[in-house]
Amino acid sequence: MRVHAKRAGALFGGLTFPVLSMADWTVNMTPGVTGTSNEIFSLHMTILWICVVIGVVVFGVMFWSIIAHRKSQGAEPANFHENTVVEILWTIIPLVILVVMAIPATATLVDMYDTTDSDVDIKVTGYQWKWQYQYLNEDFGYFSNLATPRDQITNRQAKGENYLLEVDNPLVIPVGKKVRFLLTANDVIHSWWVPDFGVKKDAIPGFINETWTRVDEPGIYRGQCTELCGKDHGFMPVVVKAVPEEEYNAWVAEQKAAAERERELTQKEWTMAELMERGEKTYATTCAACHQLDGSGVPPAFPALKGSAIATGDVAAHMDIVVHGKPGTAMQAFGSQLSEVDLAAVITYERNAWGNGTGDMVTPRQIVDYISSQQ
Amino acid sequence: MSAVAGTHAQDLHHGPARGISRWLLTTNHKDIGTMYLIFSFTMFLLGGTMAMVIRAELFQPGLQIVQPEFFNQMTTMHGLIMVFGAVMPAFVGLANWMIPLMIGAPDMALPRMNNWSFWLLPCAFLILVSTLFMEGGAPNFGWTFYAPLSTTYGPPSTTFFIFAVHIMGVSSIMGAINVIATILNLRAPGMTLMKMPMFVWTWLITAFLLIAVMPVLAGVVTMMLMDINFGTSFFDASGGGDPVLFQHVFWFFGHPEVYIMILPAFGAVSHIIPAFSRKRLFGYASMVYAVGAIALLSFLVWAHHMFTVGIPIAGQLFFMYATMLIAVPTGVKVFNWVATMFRGSLTFEAPMLFAVAFVILFTIGGFSGLMLAIAPADFQYHDTYFVVAHFHYVLVPRAVFGIFASADFWLPKWTGHMYDETLAKTHFWLSFVGMNLAFFPMHFLGLAGMPRRIPDYALQFADFNMVSSIGAFMFGATQLLFLFIVVKCARGGEPAAAKPWDGAEGLEWTVPSPAPYHTFSTPPEVK
Amino acid sequence: MADYQSYYVPEQSKWPIIATVGLGTTLYGLASIMVNSNQGESTSGSWMVFLAGSLIMAYMLFGWFGSVIREGREGLYSQQMDRSFRWGMSWFIFSEVMFFAAFFGALFYARVFAVPWLGGEGDRGSSNMLWEGFQATWPLINNPDPEAYPAPEGVIGAWGLPLINTILLVTSSFTVTVAHHALKAGNRKKVKMWMGATIVLALAFLVLQAEEYVHAYQELNLTLQSGIYGSTFFMLTGFHGAHVMLGSLMLIIMLIRLQKGHFTADNHFGFEAASWYWHFVDVVWLGLFVFVYII
Repeated sequence: MRVHAKRAGALFGGLTFPVLSMADWTVNMTPGVTGTSNEIFSLHMTILWICVVIGVVVFGVMFWSIIAHRKSQGAEPANFHENTVVEILWTIIPLVILVVMAIPATATLVDMYDTTDSDVDIKVTGYQWKWQYQYLNEDFGYFSNLATPRDQITNRQAKGENYLLEVDNPLVIPVGKKVRFLLTANDVIHSWWVPDFGVKKDAIPGFINETWTRVDEPGIYRGQCTELCGKDHGFMPVVVKAVPEEEYNAWVAEQKAAAERERELTQKEWTMAELMERGEKTYATTCAACHQLDGSGVPPAFPALKGSAIATGDVAAHMDIVVHGKPGTAMQAFGSQLSEVDLAAVITYERNAWGNGTGDMVTPRQIVDYISSQQ
Repeated sequence: MSAVAGTHAQDLHHGPARGISRWLLTTNHKDIGTMYLIFSFTMFLLGGTMAMVIRAELFQPGLQIVQPEFFNQMTTMHGLIMVFGAVMPAFVGLANWMIPLMIGAPDMALPRMNNWSFWLLPCAFLILVSTLFMEGGAPNFGWTFYAPLSTTYGPPSTTFFIFAVHIMGVSSIMGAINVIATILNLRAPGMTLMKMPMFVWTWLITAFLLIAVMPVLAGVVTMMLMDINFGTSFFDASGGGDPVLFQHVFWFFGHPEVYIMILPAFGAVSHIIPAFSRKRLFGYASMVYAVGAIALLSFLVWAHHMFTVGIPIAGQLFFMYATMLIAVPTGVKVFNWVATMFRGSLTFEAPMLFAVAFVILFTIGGFSGLMLAIAPADFQYHDTYFVVAHFHYVLVPRAVFGIFASADFWLPKWTGHMYDETLAKTHFWLSFVGMNLAFFPMHFLGLAGMPRRIPDYALQFADFNMVSSIGAFMFGATQLLFLFIVVKCARGGEPAAAKPWDGAEGLEWTVPSPAPYHTFSTPPEVK
Repeated sequence: MADYQSYYVPEQSKWPIIATVGLGTTLYGLASIMVNSNQGESTSGSWMVFLAGSLIMAYMLFGWFGSVIREGREGLYSQQMDRSFRWGMSWFIFSEVMFFAAFFGALFYARVFAVPWLGGEGDRGSSNMLWEGFQATWPLINNPDPEAYPAPEGVIGAWGLPLINTILLVTSSFTVTVAHHALKAGNRKKVKMWMGATIVLALAFLVLQAEEYVHAYQELNLTLQSGIYGSTFFMLTGFHGAHVMLGSLMLIIMLIRLQKGHFTADNHFGFEAASWYWHFVDVVWLGLFVFVYII
């Protein structure tokens, strides 16, 4: 809050002299860390300066008239009301400026559209309200959820440095490699944006949009969903960690091993306590956004689970709605999003938490059997 | 505006009827114009209140006042009410009042239909606003209502929203047909097309745009209706449709709509600047051609709202070039206004202040528009607060300031009294400062990476948001002053001459102030 | 200005406000029916609202058109008023053209862009990886997700009923023109005969169109729910059919007015408006025949 005065000064400066927005006051776009973002930045600055120059000329003439040609100064109106030469000139000159401007813009655009010869392919899927990253060449993937605690959002706790721009599992990419993103969505349209890369593309359900980036500096880069996607549109950030290639390879190996361990967990004998513990975590990251942490929901769009017919009734019906979702509503098919272990844990948790107390325990193997019986 | 009195009674005509029936059953273009203007201002205050809720929530990071669900309803309803309830009806109101006076017509061409066009609006907005109280809440998918957020994932009230849009569309189309028929058929003898006042020209073209695109809007909401209620798959890929199809059809309506909300203001300002410069409008013919060019180009640029949806590159380039081209005729208009002021004899009454601010701020909005037209750069601007800043810089100054300028300019003609100049100037300056304070920082927020339509934001955006909210509160509160000015002017004040502005020109200044209930029952002769 | 006849401006009229209440009530009722039935609730109250609105609308239409006809026959309308009506009707038809344009646009987009992309062709062809096994064809007889949108077993061919319908409508456009010429020539008997023929052709079209729908729904499983082909097919032909119905109604009313002797050889704009509308409906059908049925 200390910076208020400074920012107000910056604002005043920005209002008075658009030129000053060049200064380092975070009033301007940042050049970013990729070739694309730098090209965009230079286009942005070029067009901004063109506008500034035209603005100075037009407003100059205007304010000259306002000051010098006032009736109170005794100005007598002139009688001219057209001039073909001038009118043609101020049609042609802007046209020429635009043509000149269109050339670099076209070149940049062509470059941005060239998704060929990629080194790493990542499928990015937007969900209400989280991102899924699947490494197509490596056969593993995971979800990336907002990591900011609820208490910070509701002002019960001081906000952290990366408030709303932090996730549990960031996207990891290698530096110096061309990474191709295949963007799609599971429910509504989302848009994946990392300002520092100059990459923004809509994730459209049922279609795949492609885009790419090549990051040269290791670091953590943050962005957000930029297409209104419902209630928690403001709460699904994008965090990308660009790491050196060796580190990336090690990370990939570890992820694959972890995926393997996860598959083995399905065969393990689970106890009620273990399932409840895991279920609570899964519920918090996956279900609580709609059904709320205390299971009370936000009716009518998001029904309560506490004491609900589904969570206290037939187990098969409960599994069905969690695995397959409910078409036409916000309830997604989580069968394709969660592992069997997580499905089992979260169903067990929902059937026993908040006083639902059915005592039912659903094991991962039951889920496997249930899903295979469906096919 | 009860001061409009029938002082000019003729044998065929008498003054207005008494009581509520005057308004419910009227066929008089002045009464209908007045009703449009009052309705529009009511909606302006309602939509403005919603903007205040939005800015209050954004005053600080964190969720304080409203929940995200309600925040989304507020942004949606604010946009819909301002576009369809405040700006468009205000221009139709001005058209009703001024076009017959400017072209020497006895009334609008189809007077009964004119009244229907008006009364459909309160009906449509009654339905729209009632959705706020329905189960599941009001529409919450933004005023652009992109599918499938507005179809498969929309609240139940979406169906009511769709029918409200249909009714608004019927109203707009009938209003536009009336305007066209009036202009093409009821001009006084001798008034050729190229002698028509600019406001009439701009409205002729606006009406054409309305008739061309409102049915397309009706078409797209009908597709939504079918997807929601009857199982079609226009916007669902699993049935071979495409959510992006929605955006194409919507923006085919949406971009001309942008010009529908500006062209009449162009026209009004083209009267006000010459009047207070005491000099004829520079380049009348090129102004007319520029408006025509803008209108035609507006049909070819819709996809610049969708640069990030993955349009193939050929399309992307076409829409970028076409969009940049619009800068040319728009520039011509700005240059012409400046040339009109140049070497004039200027005074700065409230209408002129609003008109000058209109030109300046609209030019700034035009600059950011040009920046947004550069497709590669748009990938960084798209759906950020930079866009919010851009369209508020074009809509608030050009539509809202254009309407204030017109209202102050023509209030003496409507009411027969001069408005309070001091108050009007105060209104202008407070609006001007408030508006810039509210919207200029949004450019910075957008460039720094703040997405639009979010109820909560990261900490680096906190300071400018607070500034912006303060500006918005200031702008919002100031509008109550405008209400006071108009009411005061309607109730009394210094009597206005038939032509209260010495530089003004046109038939509307040849009739007394206030304009009699019936004017030009016999058409005047125009040389 | 000796020959100037003053432009008729009615003093007051109750019809606009009745029309507003009528349209608002009708559409509110319609929306309630849809919302309630989607949520599995009772719709009987909504139907009452809808019917009440429709009755008000019907009353308004009779009353409003009735007073316009009466005023016209009383000679209150000048030549200038006649031109206002002509502009009004032409621009109304233009707005209808644009309404159909939206649906033709959707058909074009689906065929040329969306479906081929989903099938793996063109710039967004990688979308096909989401729809394994889907192949782009038109008519689209296999949807990307056949479970959500069961495919039709076939589509309506162009050279059966649609061809007959084309012949019917084109002929009716011709007969209505003959009737118009007869009216201008003052031959009332001939007018009525050709108008009658036009109406018979119009009704025959409607019957055949209904026949086609029954065939599509019952035998081909081609429905509104069968994907984008069914969606565009039924919306385009359905809205056209609704317009044919409206146009037929206009023609029937014109025949009744002819019977009552409302029209003269040089003053019959109501008749002309109906025939313009009929030609418009005919032209839209030609577009449909080419783009929906043939290509």
